[in-house]
Amino acid sequence: MAATQEEIVKGLAEIVNEIAGIPVEDVKLDKSFTDDLDVDSLSMVEVVVAAEERFDVKIPDEDVKNLKTVGDASDYILKHQG
Amino acid sequence: MTSKIKPAQGAPYARIMGVGGYRPTRVVPNEEILKHIDSSDEWIRSRSGIATRHWAGPDETVAMMSVEAAGKAIADAGLTPEQIGAVIVSTVSHFKQTPAIATEIAHRIGAGKPAAFDISAGCAGFGYGLTLARGMVTDGSAEYVLVIGVERLSDLTDLEDRATAFLFGDGAGAVIVGPAKEPAIGPTVWGSEGDKSETIKQTLAWDVYRTTPVPGGDGPEERTAPEAVRYPAITQEGQAVFRWAVFEMAKVAQQALDAAGVSPDDLDVFIPHQANMRIIDSMVKTLKLPESVTVARDVETTGNTSAASIPLAMERLLATGQAKSGDTALVIGFGAGLVYAATVVTLP
Ligand SMILES: CC(C)(COP(=O)(O)OP(=O)(O)OC[C@H]1O[C@@H](n2cnc3c(N)ncnc32)[C@H](O)[C@@H]1OP(=O)(O)O)[C@@H](O)C(=O)NCCC(=O)NCCS
Repeated sequence: MAATQEEIVKGLAEIVNEIAGIPVEDVKLDKSFTDDLDVDSLSMVEVVVAAEERFDVKIPDEDVKNLKTVGDASDYILKHQG
Repeated sequence: MTSKIKPAQGAPYARIMGVGGYRPTRVVPNEEILKHIDSSDEWIRSRSGIATRHWAGPDETVAMMSVEAAGKAIADAGLTPEQIGAVIVSTVSHFKQTPAIATEIAHRIGAGKPAAFDISAGCAGFGYGLTLARGMVTDGSAEYVLVIGVERLSDLTDLEDRATAFLFGDGAGAVIVGPAKEPAIGPTVWGSEGDKSETIKQTLAWDVYRTTPVPGGDGPEERTAPEAVRYPAITQEGQAVFRWAVFEMAKVAQQALDAAGVSPDDLDVFIPHQANMRIIDSMVKTLKLPESVTVARDVETTGNTSAASIPLAMERLLATGQAKSGDTALVIGFGAGLVYAATVVTLP
């Protein structure tokens, strides 16, 4: 079953919390992974792979750099989830 | 007539009997790396965990470093050089295609006439060599095998490449593999992923420097190096490699534990290839290793020494008392190829 945007953001928040230790409630649509959430380029790779598993999507390396904010990532997942 | 042939027969099992390492005398801090790239000590430390690395001087050749490490390993095993029946050297930074550097090393340590050869398996080279050695001991091809991982990666480093200039180091690590009454080297989980061969590679083949006539060519000009060809170096697609290392290699490590019948709780030591602290941290997390497991973090002061990294880290853990003889250790190497090899061993 495809996830809703709300579910995706909740899932991303848990992933970011697990990987970067950021409180779940801080992970909001307009937050930038690198600037606001302390997720650097390598942690971003970990976030992406965790999201791939959780939401059954493939996010190729070349698309990762376009996912600047939590909103970018949730839109991408919403569009591409299997 | 097909004659009956006696089978090759060796010891029931094999074990690592001794370990030795050589680190070049010159320590290179991140500040020195910053002379050539736009970066910072803080960035390098946060992305790789590397603070310093050793770079070899002119006298610290691949052979010299290997001989030093081998001598220590032989002494640690309580053997003499003449007892060594085979020498396996894993390296990608010995710059002569032939002969193998293993024969010179065997000669210089005074080993007589052992079988001696080089292998090329990048950062998985130690595990590949160890696996060959285990087979040789248990099939009787050699009673004692010297396995060396040695690199002078500074020779293959592009100091102006931001993505790799800070990563690599030089050094040699050696172990002796010999007979055992109990299993002390578990099954190897190993393999290759040639579809990813471009993700870590040498930029140019040596024949860019060819200035003599090419067979079948029209003359010396045919494949002559452009006037200022950039010296060949190792490049990589950092994020692709990171992704592979963190996720695929944690699975391989788990498979090696399963194959050996060892649970994370039974493990004393984890010695992954020392490529990047972030990869190490992530693997520890994914494998859910308990706090009680000692994790090798030699990369901080050694950088990535490819095939040498695991025996170097093993030696340091034992020398500093962080690990002890008889401990159960998971080792995993992975790198250019892409190739990987993981197994569980009893520490010497
Ligand atoms: C090499 C490695 C540390 C690079 O990290 P990375 O996050 O992939 O780096 P990127 O090239 O994606 O760059 C990310 C950012 O850091 C910057 N950057 C890159 N190299 C930098 C450097 N040396 N210093 C400072 N900043 C640097 C980039 O400009 C980029 O900034 P931007 O986001 O503002 O554009 C990392 O990819 C890695 O270690 N991978 C595994 C490699 C490995 O271990 N291989 C051997 C296995 S055997």
